[in-house]
Amino acid sequence: MKGYNFAYLDEQTKRMIRRCLLKAVAIPGHQVPFGSREMPLPYGWGTGGIQVTASILGRNDVLKVIDQGADDTTNAVSIRRFFGRTAGVQTTTATAEATVIQTRHRIPEKTLREDQIIVYQVPQPEPLFRLEPSRQETRRMHALSDYGLMHVKLYEDISRFGQISISYDYPVMVNERYLMSPSPIPAFDNPKMDMMPALQLFGAGREKRIYAIPPWTRVKSLDFDDHPFRAINAPHPCGLCGATDSYLDEVVTDDRGGRLFVCSDTDHCAERRAAGHVGNDGFKEAAE
Amino acid sequence: MAYVAVKGGEKAIDAAHTWLAEERRGDPALADLTVAQVQAQLGRAVDRVMAEGSLYDRQLGALAVKQAQGDLIEAAFLLRAYRTTLPRFGDSLPVETETMQIARRISAIFKDLPGGQLLGPTSDYTHRLLDFSLLDPENTTPPPPAPSLAGDSVGAIPRVADILGQEGLLEPDGGAAGTPGDLTREPLAFPASRDVRLQALARGDEGFVLGLGYSTQRGYGGTHPFAGEIRLGEVSLEIAPAELGFAIDIGDITLTECQMVNQFHGSKTAPPQFTRGYGLVFGFNERKAMAMALVDRAMRASELGEEVTAPAQNIEFVLYHSDNIEATGFVEHLKLPHYVDFQSELQNVRRMRAEQDKVAAE
Repeated sequence: MKGYNFAYLDEQTKRMIRRCLLKAVAIPGHQVPFGSREMPLPYGWGTGGIQVTASILGRNDVLKVIDQGADDTTNAVSIRRFFGRTAGVQTTTATAEATVIQTRHRIPEKTLREDQIIVYQVPQPEPLFRLEPSRQETRRMHALSDYGLMHVKLYEDISRFGQISISYDYPVMVNERYLMSPSPIPAFDNPKMDMMPALQLFGAGREKRIYAIPPWTRVKSLDFDDHPFRAINAPHPCGLCGATDSYLDEVVTDDRGGRLFVCSDTDHCAERRAAGHVGNDGFKEAAE
Repeated sequence: MAYVAVKGGEKAIDAAHTWLAEERRGDPALADLTVAQVQAQLGRAVDRVMAEGSLYDRQLGALAVKQAQGDLIEAAFLLRAYRTTLPRFGDSLPVETETMQIARRISAIFKDLPGGQLLGPTSDYTHRLLDFSLLDPENTTPPPPAPSLAGDSVGAIPRVADILGQEGLLEPDGGAAGTPGDLTREPLAFPASRDVRLQALARGDEGFVLGLGYSTQRGYGGTHPFAGEIRLGEVSLEIAPAELGFAIDIGDITLTECQMVNQFHGSKTAPPQFTRGYGLVFGFNERKAMAMALVDRAMRASELGEEVTAPAQNIEFVLYHSDNIEATGFVEHLKLPHYVDFQSELQNVRRMRAEQDKVAAE
């Protein structure tokens, strides 16, 4: 784009971010402060993820951008366009074709490979912020691995509700050392982070933090021996493709309680339907 | 109903942008507002946008106000996003407000003082009556020229803080300790030093800083302030390129400066004296400069051995929440889709309810 560097950020800023990324990879799960820049998109729209993506993007990369698992949500469209304009890289909606996947709130259903990088947009990198608002204090807690507060919170959940009441942004321990926010992905996606072959990078622009999980790293969702971690999903198959192992969105179809459950990962669903899988509501769509 | 969800996002975005442009232009039967008009006649809006956008450029400030349809936070955001792409040639020398070309200068703590009290173009003593003559499109006669300062303002006017300082009753001004921090390049770290705090306040949201400053006056971290001096005017900006070896003047900027003088009973190490709160803002913005000085002083509580009990004294609280570009982004991001998370919450509540019902049935 005229007047702007490749992928918007100047090379020095990219280098600064890459240095932080290297540090983040070297200390899995540790939040590295970085000189987050003001981006032409608002804070909260994925400025951290965009800066990370901009710093790692090369001319031969193929970029996929998803929001809520879908390629066609407005914000995903907007970010994909941003990189289309400023970097001119090839974009795709197919998970398997992408070399870099920027995501908000989901991990694709298809297992990622070693030659892929997934970049998460993170609104709040501090997993302890609901329990301790001061960052000065939480930094100390991370340094000392002092995570008792979080265990007490989970214990209190169990004693009050009979179960852990966190359903998304479910805290994880990375490499048995740092407590980390997986970003607001549903807890359903947490197990995918464990021993993932792909490099996982996390960018929080407003909070000015970067963190990472190197490939093949242990990522454990916090739980107790007698209350093991349980992922939550709607107890239905996908209405369009019949998948029973994918995370589902609930679509309200009328004002009489009608519901349609469909894959949140649009690429996964489309691929399955192309392969001939049909769900119970699939024929309706075909008829319309 | 067909399952449509959010398909067609691309088309919808284009249509929204077209509609927005049409709305911005408004009724085409009316003349288009020029950037020069905004710059000349909506100066306070331009000042605020420059301050919160951290970029001193009146024309771009005016352009941002026009482009944002008068939404000043959005305008500041436009300026910030532009500013961040600009190369940095160097730092200016510290501006000398003592040699400011004064347009307004008042002190609330001395009846008269060297340099005198100078009201300048203030609205302080206007009666807030709507001036219906401004409604009349035929009323194009410019107002009579203001009486000139007749050379009164030429030469340095001593700062009230310095006058007080001579007697040793006011704490000395903290000297610059090394290169000042820059939170637009380096992330905030705590404890944040005063230079970074002042930077955050100077570009912080006027409303937020005003509210916090006000809270200190109502008992939440009181600082017993007096407006030692408020001055407004132009200062020259100088840079000293290494290859030249001397300073060159690169232009003038308008600043508002406020020195608050605060009562202090002393501590084990310091005798009773007055302490300082400082405010400095781009353009004409006395409200912001005064509020900034109040909050600056409040944030010095722990440094001065005072108990930290109120929001305005909590450095982390103030600094993390004063930036309106960050705040507006994160508040407004709630309108982005969250249905994946909401779905997991729905399933969670359903599961908890089912278990409760099961227990109740047993």
